Amino acid sequence: MSNIVIFGATSAIAGACARLWAVQGARFHLVARQAERLEQMRADLLARGAADVEVTVADLADCAGHAALVGTIVRHLTHIDIALIAHGVLPDQAACEASAEETLRQLDINALSVISLLTLLANVMATRGSGTLAVISSVAGDRGRGSNYVYGAAKAAVTAFCDGLRARLFKRGVHVLTVKPGFVDTPMTAGLPLPAPLVASPEKVASDIVAATATRRNTLYTPWFWRGVMAVIRLVPEGLFKRMKL
Amino acid sequence: MSAKRYSWGRYPRYPQTLRPVSWRDEVPVALNDTARAGTTTLPWGNGRSYGDSCLAASDRVLAMGGLRRVMSVDWDAGILRAEAGVTLADILALAIPHGWFLPVTPGTQFVTLGGAVANDVHGKNHHRRGTFGAHIRRFALQRSDSGLHVCDANADPALFSATIGGLGLTGVILWVELQLMPVTSSFLDVVSTRFGDLPEFFVLSEALDEAHEYGVAWIDCLARGRTLGRGIYMAANHADDTRLAAPSKRKLAVPLTPPVSLINGLTLRAFNALYYGRHKEKTRTYVSDHDRFFYPLDGILHWNRIYGPHGFQQYQCVIPTAAAHDGISAILAAIADSGTGSFLAVLKRCGDMPSPGLLSFPMAGTSLALDFPESKANQRLFPRLDAIVREAGGRLYAAKDAHMSGEDFRAAYPTWTDVEALRDPVLLSRFWQRVIRS
Repeated sequence: MSNIVIFGATSAIAGACARLWAVQGARFHLVARQAERLEQMRADLLARGAADVEVTVADLADCAGHAALVGTIVRHLTHIDIALIAHGVLPDQAACEASAEETLRQLDINALSVISLLTLLANVMATRGSGTLAVISSVAGDRGRGSNYVYGAAKAAVTAFCDGLRARLFKRGVHVLTVKPGFVDTPMTAGLPLPAPLVASPEKVASDIVAATATRRNTLYTPWFWRGVMAVIRLVPEGLFKRMKL
Repeated sequence: MSAKRYSWGRYPRYPQTLRPVSWRDEVPVALNDTARAGTTTLPWGNGRSYGDSCLAASDRVLAMGGLRRVMSVDWDAGILRAEAGVTLADILALAIPHGWFLPVTPGTQFVTLGGAVANDVHGKNHHRRGTFGAHIRRFALQRSDSGLHVCDANADPALFSATIGGLGLTGVILWVELQLMPVTSSFLDVVSTRFGDLPEFFVLSEALDEAHEYGVAWIDCLARGRTLGRGIYMAANHADDTRLAAPSKRKLAVPLTPPVSLINGLTLRAFNALYYGRHKEKTRTYVSDHDRFFYPLDGILHWNRIYGPHGFQQYQCVIPTAAAHDGISAILAAIADSGTGSFLAVLKRCGDMPSPGLLSFPMAGTSLALDFPESKANQRLFPRLDAIVREAGGRLYAAKDAHMSGEDFRAAYPTWTDVEALRDPVLLSRFWQRVIRS
């Protein structure tokens, strides 16, 4: 039985992961903004076999509240086996281009709040000498693209932070999994003109995440073919890349 | 997301644009938006209806798959309340370890709870348990004009019976409370018996249905003359052992749509001769897991693709008991004559348990279902079959249909006017538009 905390628990991918872990009898602490949705999720996970579900309503953009939040979680779970960090928003790129304030706000929620939580959770897990930090980054962080570079920059920061954190915590028995989903059919991407054959379901991505957590993978591209796609995209020379519409 | 969806038969070809909902409170918002835009929509479960009953008249559907949370469950009483997008596969995976099973299940577990209610599906135990709707305790319905209704047989009885089998037209089902069936085992003791012609089917069905929870027959729809209606009858009960096992996960898939249908006269004849010929003994008994017994086709994901880019139509009718033998004979003769037909022609006796739904398909009699690759030949064959069904006082199944005439529909389902009166003004399907106006 694992003790699992999920940040951004009401996201589609996090919800699908939680359902898989519930079947294994996990104990949960869920964090998200909407109380009513957390309650609906609690009922679902308990019915599916979760041993215990506690919820905390919090706006994760408020980094000042993170230390108290982590304290609450540790008091409930005693120790954390898995922390899944799944919150995030897809910025309106055009709005970011027009406003430095909006750009920073997006970096706050997609990068800084994740880094803040990771710092606190890393110390909790390091003290105990066990645990897995599973962080949802994105293939968008592998290379900044003209159409989506604010999100890409935030995710690149998360990915690089995780790389370093993994190396630091490895010696302490704590594992860091960086998850890089490609296009996923979620409310976050609803309305985007994504190429249908490349779009994965949140359930598919979730089953990859749950498996990668169990096997202590370092970096998970999900679905798997994104590893190849991004390898190619990273190889394109900058002189050509800047001329492309991506 | 820009993926377009078709119905299961991939005919007629009206690509549907999905508006996904993930939480129950998003449904009234979506209905409001639709009303304000002066257009219509239709709830979309998992797209397992074959014809056009799951296609919105506007080709813009409300995708309910994100509503897949269980809300409460009582394992002592076997009562489960879950959101409409939960699939029957989800329910089985949850319920079986606790000794509960679906009281009624269709031939695929990939339908949603909302879809099962909206089509009032039936299964191999119809002679014992009636339709899915007979096991619904209550459900919540969100309407664009009158808000949220929690319906059961006593509160809001009109809306209750119009919604069961109501093809998603009376409002958006948000959640359903279902009475499960207790079982000693998820495995089945199966008796499979070969029969040489149609009269023998009726004799077998008469003899076996009484003592068995489940009964269904496969028939060779290409056999004619003396062997017309030959096939294999499968009857089963839940085993006495106490094995309550979750289904196996291994699935094959048809990875892409072949350029032409793989189902043609040649492959069909070969398959049917092989399937019948392999069953050498008269009677065979074996134990099956529930996955293989109930859902043989679910083992091959996207099996609908084998019919190629033009898709297929399923013809499913039910003929009342008195006319069943002559009616089914005439239908089989007409099909054998046409040389087309399907791998799985399924014959099943329906019982006389009334369904709570106004537009429910089953009636006491015999139901026949066959798949036909979409082609011009169907336009010649189907009217012949329709005439036989009409003559016999039978009817066709809306969930499978892409062709029946409005006249036939309205005659076979005279209570359609009650459903139309209770239809949510912002919900309209291509099927409904077709059958109430043509």
